[in-house]
Amino acid sequence: MNEARRSAARPSVTACPDGPLIVRGAIDVCDETGAVIDRTRQTVALCRCGASAIKPWCDGTHKLTGFTTHTPDPTAVDPPR
Amino acid sequence: MVSPVHYLPGTSAIGSRGVLSELLLRVLTGGPDRTGLSELPSAARAALTGVDDILHDDDIQVSLLVLYGLHYGSLPGFGDEWEWQPELVETRGILEKAFESRLRELVVTPPLPEPTQDAVARTLFALTAPTPGPSLSRYVAKSATLEQLREFLILRSIYTLREADPHSWAIPRLTGRAKTALVEIQFDEYGSGVPERMHAGIFAKTMRGLGLDDTYGAYVDVVPAITLASQNMMSFFGLNRRLRGAIAGHLAAFEMTSSLPNRSYGDGFRRLGFAEDVTDYFDEHVEADAVHEQIAACDLAGALVEDEPDLLESVLFGAAACLTIDDLVAEHIDSAWQHHRSALRDPERRIHA
Repeated sequence: MNEARRSAARPSVTACPDGPLIVRGAIDVCDETGAVIDRTRQTVALCRCGASAIKPWCDGTHKLTGFTTHTPDPTAVDPPR
Repeated sequence: MVSPVHYLPGTSAIGSRGVLSELLLRVLTGGPDRTGLSELPSAARAALTGVDDILHDDDIQVSLLVLYGLHYGSLPGFGDEWEWQPELVETRGILEKAFESRLRELVVTPPLPEPTQDAVARTLFALTAPTPGPSLSRYVAKSATLEQLREFLILRSIYTLREADPHSWAIPRLTGRAKTALVEIQFDEYGSGVPERMHAGIFAKTMRGLGLDDTYGAYVDVVPAITLASQNMMSFFGLNRRLRGAIAGHLAAFEMTSSLPNRSYGDGFRRLGFAEDVTDYFDEHVEADAVHEQIAACDLAGALVEDEPDLLESVLFGAAACLTIDDLVAEHIDSAWQHHRSALRDPERRIHA
């Protein structure tokens, strides 16, 4: 477990492999106007694939779309277009 | 919005389903002389000799539900003093041994990965990956009738009116970061500090919205053995410390197969005109379980295996067992509904109950 997670007072963002960003700690999640989005739970998952129906929160849709967070191998041959 | 109706009034006393449960219920509701108590272990052994498949055996599964119920205090009519009664604990142990044998025989544990957090999480995500094609959740979303939605809630109520409780048995049985992860999930399950947001309570609101009795155990008598087996398996894993890996794996698989189906369930209730008071439960789980699945796979199951590598097989067994039994429950419902039958047990009985 990393240092950020050890401090309850210090917010943290955990990038989940092939999944959302898990946010812990006291931070406001705001919309484009700056209004704070209602948050009912302490730990939230932010959509990272763009396909969630309840953005900014994750709804698990990334599992249906084949979303991946792997860094592409730079030595790999480009797929044909 | 469909107006609530009085439907299927719940029972206040659980009915027996065979020789063993009859004796057990007689002992638990009988007088202070405790007649029959000492016969329970041998009655359990006798009941097991005639069992075809313990997962579908009404007498055994309702007996287990009652015995576990003594620890939760969830079922009406049984005194607190029975909880650690040696003959009852012995009887439970006899039934659990046969229950576990059947689960070990049926459940296919995936090939074991390296005992690292990342490898275990990846294995769990692969094991629980959504599959295309027909499913109970898609049927609920698109086709289920009002009557079928009520049956769906009744069947779910055995677990969901006590949602999260079976996994909470594991809290003192874990240590370190796996314990922290489990508590982080359970804190949310129990409302994140707001009693009204407790998931079991939100589900009770959904039941009331469809005119159903939200008292725990009110519908036990109409719930088939396989649904009771699903609940009993969680209690069995949770209440046996040696199976702490299995209960952690179970929770992981449970959370990892929840967000997407719950969206479909909510859609099914919306399709029939139900409003937020009814769909709140499902919508809450779309969002909550997308969080919980990450914590459960990585920080609970993955970290537990990394810290206690000997639990690797147990964690994956628990996860696979969750999926296997869930499939059997869904198959039962699907098969009944496909044939335009009730998925509840002995549907005539409910009228006279």
